[in-house]
Amino acid sequence: MTILMLCNLTKRYDGRAALDDVSFRVAAGERVALLGHNGAGKSTLMKTVLGLLMPDGGSVDVAGHAPGSAVARAVTAYLPENAAFHPALTGREMLRHCLRLRGQPAHQADALLEKVGLADAADRRFGSYSKGMRQRVGLAQALIGAPRLMILDEPTSGLDPISRRDFYALLDELAGQGTAVLMSSHALSELEARTDRLLVLSKGRLVAEGTLAQLRAEAQLPLEVRITPRRDVDGTVRALFPEASGEGVLRFPCALRDKLDALSRIAQARDLIVDFDIHAPGLDDLYARISQRGAA
Amino acid sequence: MLNRILSTAEIEFRIALRNRWVAMGAAMMVLFSLVLSAAGTGATGVAADPLSVIVASLVSLAVYLVPLIALLVSFDAVAGEAERGTLALTLAYPLSRGSLLAGKLVAQTVVLALAILAGCGAAALMGFAMGGREAVQGLGALGRLFWTSLLLGMAFLSLGHALSCLARRASGAAAMAIGLWLAVIVLYDLGLLAAVVADDGGAFTTRVFPYALVLNPADAFRLFNLAASQSVDAASGLSGAASSIAVWKPLAALLLWPVVAALLARLSFERVQP
Repeated sequence: MTILMLCNLTKRYDGRAALDDVSFRVAAGERVALLGHNGAGKSTLMKTVLGLLMPDGGSVDVAGHAPGSAVARAVTAYLPENAAFHPALTGREMLRHCLRLRGQPAHQADALLEKVGLADAADRRFGSYSKGMRQRVGLAQALIGAPRLMILDEPTSGLDPISRRDFYALLDELAGQGTAVLMSSHALSELEARTDRLLVLSKGRLVAEGTLAQLRAEAQLPLEVRITPRRDVDGTVRALFPEASGEGVLRFPCALRDKLDALSRIAQARDLIVDFDIHAPGLDDLYARISQRGAA
Repeated sequence: MLNRILSTAEIEFRIALRNRWVAMGAAMMVLFSLVLSAAGTGATGVAADPLSVIVASLVSLAVYLVPLIALLVSFDAVAGEAERGTLALTLAYPLSRGSLLAGKLVAQTVVLALAILAGCGAAALMGFAMGGREAVQGLGALGRLFWTSLLLGMAFLSLGHALSCLARRASGAAAMAIGLWLAVIVLYDLGLLAAVVADDGGAFTTRVFPYALVLNPADAFRLFNLAASQSVDAASGLSGAASSIAVWKPLAALLLWPVVAALLARLSFERVQP
């Protein structure tokens, strides 16, 4: 079931397109990551989906309702980037308020704080929280009332590795219950295992969409082979691998289908080589390639 | 909807309490009220009961102080949230912009009411201490001072909200608030005075001036308090003007201004894109 649907969404600021003809869907239980440089249009897209910004063209549909309508707001949770609640309030007070705004019993605040690991800091003021703790309060308010759509803007920024793991565990749990998740992130490597689909925005345009495997196949990024030759035979090894470059460690690209050939060449030179490594392109390489292509 | 407004009001009141706006507002009102009580009675002698005299001087004080406190409490309302990055989140909640403003207005009105009440309480204590039972005569004027101050303050709370929406940043909103205070409370009267002197009893003085006076919420506040209680008109040069204007006009202005200002704030908020 489709929870979020964008059709030809366009938004302009002073004639410059912040979003240009963007269309995609997010189904219930699906975790979709939105990638893009700063200024690529991620936050604009999210605010349009929330009904905070009016699009100049196209349409958004949230569970069959217009963005910003009472129903859409009631089923949507949002975690803004770098939100800091008022420093004079405690985490518990803020969450109780958030619960009441969503028409939920305020006593759930403690359970929510417990869930994000902030039970001990419930009565401390927001001003004394670390960045990670603030982010967790933000996350706690987004969990209120089992939302059907979650919009998370850079949810893991400021979280330490363990908190990140906890966060993704929460996300899995939510997706299992049928919540559609749309999140943006800079931490590309952690998205690899944790999302179902990736969307890449560049200058307001959707330049790539698909699972990581699909994007990889589409981008046709070569593997990178790295060889560390023995010091005394550096020149000999260079002659054996004329396509390689680099000082000390030799590197050369290798298409996926030539992987075994490369391996047998390395095996033949085993006496001359200290170590070797075959590096598969990660999300960062992929992302760099796609956004280059999008910008061109 | 009401629950959401009340919850917003509660959280805003906590913030005001912790930011010491409540304590500061009350302290300011009490301090000035005590100083004026001591100074005022010395000057006018035995003309009226002491509480009425105190109220007369408090009216001219409240005109300056109440709008100032109101603007101080309210200027941060929208710009502050925008700066902290919580405005987008708040507006994504099932809470209308009108309800959000209403909640803030309720909380800040309570803050203001407490401050004014503290000032009035101090004045009453001084009045009864100096005049004994006689001071009972001044209670009506004191009560009137309380609720008219509150109306005046509410108008400026909403004007503060409107400025907070127009300025993108809290610092900008603060500057605009000071500007508004200067323009409406200080410069407006000076301007009118200059115009009246230049006009020398012509059409401006007879036709335009009374309306110009009533249209300014601060002047309407002063006029109404002066006109409503005859015994209070000793302290101000406005008494001449006050006698020529029917009491209902400044009263209507005082009642309308909070409504108009709230609508202005709501309209300004509509233009805010988080």
